[in-house]
Amino acid sequence: MFAFIVSRVLQAVPVMLAVALISFAMFAYVGDPVAIMLGQDFTEAQRAALVSDLGLDQPFFVQFLRFIGNAAQGEFGLSYRLSRPVAELIGERAPATLELAFCAAIIALVAGVAMGVYTGLYRNSWLSRLLLTVSLIGVSLPPFLVGILLILVFSVWLGWLPSFGRGEVVQLGWWSTGFLTWSGIKALILPSVTLGLFQLTLIMRLVRAEMLEVLRTDYIKFARARGLGNRAVHFGHALRNTLVPVITIAGLQLGGIIAFAIVTETVFQWPGMGLLFIQSVSAADIPVMAAYLVLIALVFVTINLVVDLLYYAVDPRLRIGRAVARGR
Amino acid sequence: MALARLLDSDLFWSFRRSPVTVLSALVALVCVLGAALAPWIAPHNPFDLASLNLGDAFKPPAWDEIGEASYPLGTDDQGRDMLSAIMYGARISLLVGVCAVLFSTLLGVTIGLVAGYLGGSVDGLLMRIADIQLTFPSILIALLVDGIVRAALPREAHDQIALFVVIFAIGISAWPQFARTVRSSTLVERNKEYVLAARVIGLSPLHIMATHVLPNVLGPVLVIATLNLGNAIITEATLSFLGVGVPPTHPSLGTLIRIGNDFLFSGEWWITIFPGAALVAMVLSVNLLGDWLRDALNPKLR
Repeated sequence: MFAFIVSRVLQAVPVMLAVALISFAMFAYVGDPVAIMLGQDFTEAQRAALVSDLGLDQPFFVQFLRFIGNAAQGEFGLSYRLSRPVAELIGERAPATLELAFCAAIIALVAGVAMGVYTGLYRNSWLSRLLLTVSLIGVSLPPFLVGILLILVFSVWLGWLPSFGRGEVVQLGWWSTGFLTWSGIKALILPSVTLGLFQLTLIMRLVRAEMLEVLRTDYIKFARARGLGNRAVHFGHALRNTLVPVITIAGLQLGGIIAFAIVTETVFQWPGMGLLFIQSVSAADIPVMAAYLVLIALVFVTINLVVDLLYYAVDPRLRIGRAVARGR
Repeated sequence: MALARLLDSDLFWSFRRSPVTVLSALVALVCVLGAALAPWIAPHNPFDLASLNLGDAFKPPAWDEIGEASYPLGTDDQGRDMLSAIMYGARISLLVGVCAVLFSTLLGVTIGLVAGYLGGSVDGLLMRIADIQLTFPSILIALLVDGIVRAALPREAHDQIALFVVIFAIGISAWPQFARTVRSSTLVERNKEYVLAARVIGLSPLHIMATHVLPNVLGPVLVIATLNLGNAIITEATLSFLGVGVPPTHPSLGTLIRIGNDFLFSGEWWITIFPGAALVAMVLSVNLLGDWLRDALNPKLR
């Protein structure tokens, strides 16, 4: 088990290094930070002083090492656009994105698994057919369009829910939460449904396909022959064995949720990291882009690691397989 | 003769048997024709500033009481005919989508072929890169590539090549899927006797890859390319909606939706909903065609 974890962590290291190299290269070669920081009027001596202050006259490798050191401490310098420390900007925006992603993931997982089990068990009922057709359209609908449609129906026509922002937030230390006020919760509904919908359809189709596969196997027939009830067979035997692929896909989808949060946050003007990132892309604000890139890579690597470990916990064959291989 | 053979083929038979597929082929055909022939069949030219009349701005669709028959889907804030704008927009969306898919096909097939045929450390390195990239969603990769190019180039230079930047960004975000598929079929082909024979008579690896292995691994590529076209169109629309895609001088469907989004609250829903509907019709029909192609070419399901 320990060796397994170590090998997975070691695999993640080159990924992080590659991402760090890309974001450092952005810093080093894209745009001219010195020109941006000096402004219009400067002497050659001032310029040289700033270059040596920033360490830009040192070899590439030294600069890269220092970048990694700073990045590990969450230090990414000042935003070109807002002239504030990047770490502060991201720290301010992170709670909004995390709360949104959390709600979207819950919606996608709970509803996706429930609908998948239902459509797998009763595959000829009219509700199953309806859900499958809708999910096919759902996959072809770009997330931003879903958001616009929801806004049109629930904000413009019905006027039930707010269409932008987080509503009232409560500060708990440095964390700002929208869960504690009524307007905060109302503001969460449309964005998290928008964000969760795409993943929901994927999870539903996956669970359905796996259920159909598992229900055909012999051990389900044996379980029935032993006289077990529908509940025990469906949930104790069938659903449990569909979980391995579901965990993988669901884990990767969680990463997808973080990425698509960029789109959802733009549609709903949700003050999160995604909106910050997209504003930085259009303003070519390199420090924020670089920091966001490193942060997202870290999130993805962590998710992949956790998925691998869950795999190990859920599927006993992996453990036995390794033990057998070692025995030989 | 060729037509008779096509009409008699298994593929056409399975096509005719599926009404959904026939319908989506028709929808796709209408989209492609409408987009390709836009300059000749669109009722107005949305880029001809002289013909725009601000007095015609915000006209609702023709079936509305105050709508006009000459603007069947209404007009936008500058008096542009929505139907024409959608046709021209679909042109850009399709162009970017098709070029991006061609680019990622070319890149992915080449890399997959080289990795599968040469094997060893080349294979290990290339597939590792593919693995790393596959852990990130393609929209994120496309956004990053686009953002980096945007930051690296001065604004004027960027506007001129923005279309190519978007194609490049979307294309580079999708190659690993092609590379993996081609690699695995190349691994199978590599050890077959015809490849050994080609090697024995002393042909160069490049020649063997390009003329002997390549034709035999292209089958699944067609299916992946079709399924990827829908994704590429969605990614382009998303980038343009976020305001970092194609330049506003050449609005794609995504750009139209972004512009229309500003008027959603004042009740002019048609400016954003019609381009959205066109986008969905296009992507849905392409996806359904891709699904059908996948099933039809899969011998297991026959």
